Amino acid sequence: MTTVPTSAPADPNVLLEVNDLKKYFPIKGGVLRRTVATVKAVDGVSFAVKRGETLGLVGESGCGKTTTGRTVLRLEKATSGEVLFEGKDVLRSGSRQMKLLRRDMQIVFQDPYASLDPRITVGESIAEGLVIHNIGSSAERRERVREVLGRVGLHANQMNRFPHEFSGGQRQRIGIARALIMEPKLVVCDEPVSALDVSIQSQVLNLLKNLQREFGLTYLFIAHNLAVVEHISDRVGVMYLGKMVELAGRDDLFREPLHPYTKALISAIPSADPTTRRDRIVLQGDVPSPINPPQGCRFHPRCWIARDICKEQDPAFEEKRKGHWAACHFAGEF
Amino acid sequence: MATAPETSARVQQAVDSSDKRILLRVEGLKTHFFTDEGVVQAVDGVDFEVKRGETLSIVGESGSGKSVTSLSILRLISRPGRVVEGRMIFDGEDLLAKSEEDMRKIRGDRISMIFQQPTTALNPVFRVGAQITETLNIHQGLTGEEAERRCIELLTMVGLPDPASRMNQYPHELSGGQCQRVMIAMALACTPELLIADEPTTALDVTIQAQILDLMREMREKIDTAIILITHDMGVVAEMADNVIVMYAGQVVEYASVRAIFAEPKHPYTVGLLNSMPVLGEVREELAVIPGTVPSLINPPTGCRFASRCSHRFEKCDEAPPMVALEHGRKVRCWLFE
Repeated sequence: MTTVPTSAPADPNVLLEVNDLKKYFPIKGGVLRRTVATVKAVDGVSFAVKRGETLGLVGESGCGKTTTGRTVLRLEKATSGEVLFEGKDVLRSGSRQMKLLRRDMQIVFQDPYASLDPRITVGESIAEGLVIHNIGSSAERRERVREVLGRVGLHANQMNRFPHEFSGGQRQRIGIARALIMEPKLVVCDEPVSALDVSIQSQVLNLLKNLQREFGLTYLFIAHNLAVVEHISDRVGVMYLGKMVELAGRDDLFREPLHPYTKALISAIPSADPTTRRDRIVLQGDVPSPINPPQGCRFHPRCWIARDICKEQDPAFEEKRKGHWAACHFAGEF
Repeated sequence: MATAPETSARVQQAVDSSDKRILLRVEGLKTHFFTDEGVVQAVDGVDFEVKRGETLSIVGESGSGKSVTSLSILRLISRPGRVVEGRMIFDGEDLLAKSEEDMRKIRGDRISMIFQQPTTALNPVFRVGAQITETLNIHQGLTGEEAERRCIELLTMVGLPDPASRMNQYPHELSGGQCQRVMIAMALACTPELLIADEPTTALDVTIQAQILDLMREMREKIDTAIILITHDMGVVAEMADNVIVMYAGQVVEYASVRAIFAEPKHPYTVGLLNSMPVLGEVREELAVIPGTVPSLINPPTGCRFASRCSHRFEKCDEAPPMVALEHGRKVRCWLFE
């Protein structure tokens, strides 16, 4: 078990605290549908998110970043671990308290085409949360929808249209409006701009930043694009094969990464300047399967600084410098 | 960050139109789609050249016509789409004048293509090795052990681990990066003169993307293949391209060497595109934004297609701007430079 990489649990500045979170998916096989193996999608992840900050979660496909976001919101049932939202135990809350908690914790999904119901107007979609929580009269709700549409840069008179009448960028704005109307404290943004074109992506990123400033929102921002994460985050966590391997303030993480995986990841991003080239560390091979993750440090088969101990001992996730956490026996030694 | 010698050599070869090594010249290409809603002018008057050994990048957002352009070159446009106008001179001969039979011989042999989704581009019911040997059989007449040996050679060249046993596997047994390696092996099977790569790394993780880009670079150096690299990722462009075409709403809006396009973009759309992109290591409070969205290609504006989103717009922009030739072979479709 690892400790929480920030201050003491009672810290009023901490909005969300995640302790040793695990999510395993069973793989069923055979006639009797017995569990033949488990995918350890999230395997003991701990972090805390402070009020008003953006914590970015990065990693490649299958590292567990999306599952972490979904498990924190209880959209997936956690296998074990603890999630505290303003000190309240999310994973063990009864249905009444959970309903209250859900108002404060919203999510914006990746695919703006798949996440809106095509058969109802966007106005109805956006007001859905208010209806479920029985907030306001129908006239009041319409007024709130108008207001929120304006806030995300759409016109109030578009509320009677259907999702197919909107472009990808506009749909993502609708997705944000849906979350925003509940006046949440925490918004989990799961790859909110990766399906969008570059020119539209910047519109949505700016919108998210402006809304955060205006409403004091806290974001858990999940993405695979490091440049996007660097742009929007205050602190960044890097995941690999179900584990958090590094967590630090944005500038510390990008300028002085301590984990060899983070360093390789940063070096793999093509430099947007044809006259220079990053000193690239090209990792060999693919990410191993999370069904049978490697023994010891999970990164060791692809790591260029691995030594014998890395094959045997899983490194602890420790605070190597102030506010800079890493899980590596030889952190920063490259 | 260090300046690699390879990069500076690449950058020096700026746009030079007098080069005798022109492999492909596309002139006035128009590809339209005849749908129930109207005629979609997906590609509307595109001109460019590719020299032997050159990497030309075509950049643009969804719907800019970059993929349709490449499919037109291979004559892979199917109904309701059609190439309605233009010429595509490949090594002195117009591809549009070729019979379907002749085209089939060219495809995969002299011009190859790799696609964005390697897992869907491979046939799921055939073993990987069989798909490569089929290409070798059709275009080079290799059979049996000879084809198999060449197949293993190709898979080794693209860095697939344990190629002899991999070739007996099915596409679903390979990862995305491995499938893309197989696609590249297939594309290289006949040492093509032109390789069209449509978003070859978009579906891959960055660490795998780095491997594939390295591989493509190596191939270019080994067999002097010209590459048309279609992408929306300016980082990939900066790393791979010699020259760059920027497309917007079915037209080429700018053409320049890779160095010029990054150092001094001319067209307001190119400027906007570069500024709106977050760059690793350069944190800005606010990203620049190109307001609005791409116009419909069914009834595109008669004037400049970018005008409705452009901050430099003036009266002249109601008329369609010509392609203006600038110094060093650069071209830009904008009235500001007339």
